[in-house]
Amino acid sequence: MTVDPKGVLTGHHYLDGDHACCEGALAAGCRFAAGYPITPSTEVVERISARFPMIGGVFIQMEDELASSIAVLGAAWAGKKSMTVTSGPGFSLMMEHIGLAAMTETPVVFVNVQRGGPSTGLPTLPGQADMMQARWGSHGDYEIIALCPNSPQECFDLTIEAFNLSEKYRVPVMFMMDECVGHMTERVIIPKPEELHVVDRKFTSRPPGEYLPYKVYDGWVPEMVKAGDGYRFHITGLTHNEVGYPAMNWQAQEKLVRRLIDKIRKNADEIAMYEEADTEDADVVVLSYGITSRVAMRGVEMARAQGAKVGTLRLIVVWPMPETKIREIAGKVKAIVVPEMNYGQVALEVERLAGGRTQTVLVPHGGGTVHDPEAIARAILEVSR
Amino acid sequence: MTTQVAEANTPINPVEPFLRMDRMPHIWCPGCGIGTTVNCFARALTSSGYDLDKVAIVSGIGCTGRVAGYLNLDSFHTTHGRAIPFATGLKLANPELKVVVYSGDGDLIAIGGNHLIHAARRNIDITVVCVNNMLYGMTGGQVGPATPNTAIASTAPYGAFEQPFNLPFLADSCGAVYVARWTSYHVRQMTRAMREAMAKPGFSFIEIVAPCPTLYQRRNRLGDGLDAMKYYKQRSTRKDGASTRDVDIDFQGDIVVGKFIDRERPTFLQAMNHRFTERLGSRYTPYPTGLED
Ligand SMILES: Cc1ncc(C[n+]2csc(CCOP(=O)(O)OP(=O)(O)O)c2C)c(N)n1
Ligand code: SF4
Ligand SMILES: [Mg+2]
Repeated sequence: MTVDPKGVLTGHHYLDGDHACCEGALAAGCRFAAGYPITPSTEVVERISARFPMIGGVFIQMEDELASSIAVLGAAWAGKKSMTVTSGPGFSLMMEHIGLAAMTETPVVFVNVQRGGPSTGLPTLPGQADMMQARWGSHGDYEIIALCPNSPQECFDLTIEAFNLSEKYRVPVMFMMDECVGHMTERVIIPKPEELHVVDRKFTSRPPGEYLPYKVYDGWVPEMVKAGDGYRFHITGLTHNEVGYPAMNWQAQEKLVRRLIDKIRKNADEIAMYEEADTEDADVVVLSYGITSRVAMRGVEMARAQGAKVGTLRLIVVWPMPETKIREIAGKVKAIVVPEMNYGQVALEVERLAGGRTQTVLVPHGGGTVHDPEAIARAILEVSR
Repeated sequence: MTTQVAEANTPINPVEPFLRMDRMPHIWCPGCGIGTTVNCFARALTSSGYDLDKVAIVSGIGCTGRVAGYLNLDSFHTTHGRAIPFATGLKLANPELKVVVYSGDGDLIAIGGNHLIHAARRNIDITVVCVNNMLYGMTGGQVGPATPNTAIASTAPYGAFEQPFNLPFLADSCGAVYVARWTSYHVRQMTRAMREAMAKPGFSFIEIVAPCPTLYQRRNRLGDGLDAMKYYKQRSTRKDGASTRDVDIDFQGDIVVGKFIDRERPTFLQAMNHRFTERLGSRYTPYPTGLED
């Protein structure tokens, strides 16, 4: 673990979530970024373009999101930590390269500051309706990791975590902010470099000739190399064998794609990050993420004032889901209430995990503003009767 | 291009060390022009004297897109049309690398056209080799942005009627610092052009007109690969320095070949260093450009 102190703006700041995300990336060691302007994410790359020259990074504003989402993969294979930043329409254009990153096991971070959709939707207003797209948007079967911060402080802390997870599992990590979190300004404390936990890329120590790019020597994930080091390796989006060469048969497909899925699914409990409170004797648990988790707290307080016994579970890592935890809660409460700024995405997954043992109640909202806390309180009170 | 693994006691082909022989035989059809260009590229690498550990090749998707997978270099087979932005990230993140993009006309000019024009405009220090077989080979011979009127293609069964791009003119007008065109008949000239382009700082572009006997030749009743060679030999005229405006290729018409553009312009990283140093002074440490002596 090596933190480059040049990237760490130690101190107490007042930052919005977009700027805090930029500082998190710099602290994590990101030194290449590519983007294309889109509200409400642009402030992230604006700050990067001002900060990078001072610390030895390269930012390039590409011609579109297809370009920026693959330029960051090129940079990753040159050995740099890299990130791209966008919002809804740009995220749609990036899908092919999320798939390429998943298939080639390229560590990289995709930031999506969610706005209202579909299509151009509500450019300046919040949404949480890209959650399923983050998980399933590219074709084929694969797994990713997605995090949802609920404050500027978390935009800093969790951007570092997003990089760490991308390195640890060699997977594209979706950093799913929303317009509210991106544009709200709050105190952000940036620790000293030596207080940060930053995961380095795991480059192989095997010499060329004794190394295979897609052989798993240990654990779930192959060791990485970078261009220019004499390995003469081959990387392809085609189904490939351990050598990295195309292998057009079902056996190679089974071996590779199964591992791409298992390395995340089988480690879901380890990857899981959530905040759980008052679930012990609760009748109802409110499960939420991102900005909605803060609005939900108000709804919870209102319901408690009327006598409801409510616990909360805030997902920080949304994908993969903390399945064990959700199953455990489903076994002991009357209902799980899921407010989210869409018409049912994460709630469907919660319902699946609850498996009929409890009721899952969606509190939908189309985005454009946050929920009315009273709607959440009403949903809680209705099911706790 | 070798089509078979060398027998144990046959002398090895001088380009073998540049190829992933463990991947032979390759997928290309007999008479296909792509292999010829790869042979020339390997020879250009031999004579260039580069440390091959520092040369990376990036392809998109297509028959030509398979080139990266056969070269014994750090090699990347990316997505359709996006080899150039991948190469841009690779090069900017490690300017010490010599980065070559090798792909087809559909990949680079149609789906990837936007990236080509912007990489040329920015003068990203990469070399682009575009094998122009005048259609989409990999998917079965569909009409493309370089199909001349009125060639038959699988999705232009009555003959192509859209105005095709003149590739050297496109690259030139977008700011490429080196632009050349050769055909797969011109093996020595093509090899030299590849060497020159790789040595040139900035965005260099080489179009190689090459036959697709299986789809283009056959569907247009033009014979096989050898007939294409005869056509290239008879109808090519070398005009170095020709105005790229005048080098359109009509169906089975004259082909102007040669080096059209060779000029100097700061690369993206040189321009970036210049601007930041001018503005930020000693607060800025220049970023490596790969062009330091
Ligand atoms: C996004 C996407 N669209 C379409 C395809 C299908 N496809 C594969 S190769 C190809 C055309 C390749 O043509 P060209 O670049 O001229 O290469 P050639 O095969 O002629 O060498 C197409 C359309 C794809 N792989 N990806
Ligand atoms: S289809 Fe055409 S371009 Fe593709 S390998 Fe065969 S001859 Fe070459
Ligand atoms: Mg073609």
